[in-house]
Amino acid sequence: MRRSETRAAWLFISPWVVGFLVFTAYPVLYTAYLSLTDYDVINDPHFVGLENFRTLMDDPKVALALRNTAVFVVMSVPTHLLIALFLALLLNRAGRASGFFRTAFFLPKMTPPVAVGILLLLLFNGQSGLINRVLGSVGIDGPAWTTDPTWVKPGLVMMTLWTVGGSVVILLAALRSVPQELYDAARVDGAGWWRQTWHVTVPMISGALFFVFIVNTIHAFQSFTEAYTAYFGSGNTTYSNDAALFYAIYLFQQAFQFLHMGYASALAWLLFVVIMLVTLVQFRVSKRFVFYEGEQR
Amino acid sequence: MTLRRVSSLAAVTLSVTLAAACAKGTGNAAEPQSSFNPSATLSGSLQVMGFGGDDEIGQVRLAEAKKALGSGVKVSQVKGDLDIQQFLSAVASGQPPEIVYANRDQIGTFASRGAIVPLDSCIKGEGIDTSAFRNPALDQVTFAGHVYGIPEFNVVQITQANKDLLSQAGLTVDDVNGSSWDKVTAANKKLAKTSGGKLKVIGFDSKLPEFLPLWAKANGADLISADGKKAQLNDPKVVEALQFAVGIYEDQGGFSKVKAFRDSADFFGKGNQFATGVLGAMPMEQWYVNVLNDVSPNAPMVFDTVRGKDGKPLAFASGSAWAIPKGSKNAQAACRFAKVMTQTESWVKAAQKRVELRQKEGKVFTGLLTGNAKADEEVRKLVKPSGNPTWDSAVEKTYAANDATFSLPANPADAEFKTAWQDAVNRVLNGQQEPKAALDQAQQEAQKALDAAWAEWDKK
Repeated sequence: MRRSETRAAWLFISPWVVGFLVFTAYPVLYTAYLSLTDYDVINDPHFVGLENFRTLMDDPKVALALRNTAVFVVMSVPTHLLIALFLALLLNRAGRASGFFRTAFFLPKMTPPVAVGILLLLLFNGQSGLINRVLGSVGIDGPAWTTDPTWVKPGLVMMTLWTVGGSVVILLAALRSVPQELYDAARVDGAGWWRQTWHVTVPMISGALFFVFIVNTIHAFQSFTEAYTAYFGSGNTTYSNDAALFYAIYLFQQAFQFLHMGYASALAWLLFVVIMLVTLVQFRVSKRFVFYEGEQR
Repeated sequence: MTLRRVSSLAAVTLSVTLAAACAKGTGNAAEPQSSFNPSATLSGSLQVMGFGGDDEIGQVRLAEAKKALGSGVKVSQVKGDLDIQQFLSAVASGQPPEIVYANRDQIGTFASRGAIVPLDSCIKGEGIDTSAFRNPALDQVTFAGHVYGIPEFNVVQITQANKDLLSQAGLTVDDVNGSSWDKVTAANKKLAKTSGGKLKVIGFDSKLPEFLPLWAKANGADLISADGKKAQLNDPKVVEALQFAVGIYEDQGGFSKVKAFRDSADFFGKGNQFATGVLGAMPMEQWYVNVLNDVSPNAPMVFDTVRGKDGKPLAFASGSAWAIPKGSKNAQAACRFAKVMTQTESWVKAAQKRVELRQKEGKVFTGLLTGNAKADEEVRKLVKPSGNPTWDSAVEKTYAANDATFSLPANPADAEFKTAWQDAVNRVLNGQQEPKAALDQAQQEAQKALDAAWAEWDKK
């Protein structure tokens, strides 16, 4: 009986297992091999040992791309999290209308990232963009968001908020599962809205907050489409901006424009290591802040 | 070490070995072994990759090519612009298209990696008249002494200006055609208008980053040596050209303002910058004449060639080319297809069709630049005076520019080379570096890429 159950379990999960092995595990192992070679797709990979890793240590563009990406992560992830939490808290109090707003907030998430990149250029145009026109209406001379290296990343961060709806939905679901008794008890103890939020809501949804934090951090490290479309893509073939050269964009250039597949594989592994280290640190730190119901320490 | 660990290690080792086995390339392309003969009856299939050709110029020539191949050859198309990754993957997997349509500046990279084959025997066997092609076009598809592509189309730049704005400022097109940079700078200052800190009229748009090669050549410098081996990006004349072209933007409040204003324009519509009187002049590709003629035929335009400092016409040529991938299973058909698509008779028939369509629409036929000098000559005979001196002048200047083109030679690191100089220009435009420092950095990056790519080629 137990053996047949085990067989059935394997049978049911086999589509995923096969998919994982073929489309994830194999390519990952393959890039590990390619990272040790010089490979241009057409000719045979030529084993070069750790040469690609040595080259990337001396490549100033790797440092630039890592720096750009790190700054973007630091700017975008907390902003995204705070805005998502704020909107989720508002929606949680919206009563019967919350369904409508939940859909409305989520809809932009469905926008293709390429469209978001193009939208960025329109909204943030220094001369006629909506953002600067709004700023102008209150007497502020808006910056050149799309060309001034100082303002390129803030513009991209603001644009990523366009898709904050996904996180809002996750946090709203977590908010809905906070037991009402905790708020009642807090109110009896004289806690106002702010203290209830800080001492009841945030700890009770800290698991969801941490999930959103982790996922967005990884996503931000891999940022590509919006920045590529706006600053490096086909509609903008010659103008580019170093300030938007994210790591994934540089990796793409090396792999698919310059055909340095071996070097790009080494770049991919470096990114994997960086993300893994950051995630490990986040998990380590999270033990002090994240509360899981039913958890035993 | 436990058994489980040993098993895991073995699995990983096996996977990596399998991966290595799969990563077999197909480089080191040699000439196809096919025998090419213009009178041979052909058969089989011919897959064409990278060719859109939906307009009459593409369709008429395609029909001619199919006719020449005969009913025994089944032609199919992978439409859309060439996807390099798709193409190279197809070649690497041994399933390439029979013929590929690429930008001419990609030919050196493909050739150096063995993705396409030299066409010497194809040209000789099918009797393709390479003397008919314009030399700059042929240079772009010639790598290490062999022709790897059959060129077609020529894109050139001409000076396009708003006559009303010029005359209001007491200027003529001679002030903005590039023959005197001092005059261009002065004209730009006269034409540009700002209000409330915002740019309202762009005086002159030097079209950076893309036209740096044009400004450098106008100043007597090439970005790369004739053999494609030495970058010359920090040549003092290139630095001077960049300083001039960037200065044009600085005199208008900086590139940010010009770009923001330029990006907000309805470039392809009735509200284009010339029709709305918000752009004085710019060098621009000849196809934009067709756009202007279509959407704003009454725009107050005046045209000239772009001119070097010596006053002579000048244009930076680009275009497309047909190439035969390594492993093409029907090289004979591919060769004849390339021949017919680019021969004078096909171009003339295509141009006649366009003339007919333009007449039906009541519009002007502004000519066609084919990359084939003989075809250009024949097609030009089909261009009739329109009765409107403005558009007739545009055609005349376009053909004058077509006779004065230059190009950058094929090289094995074209993408890196281009990225190096374009990034340099962008760093200057974005205010991150001075022209000299940016081009010094670009020189290092480009030369490093060229050295590595040529070293790889020399090993073969």
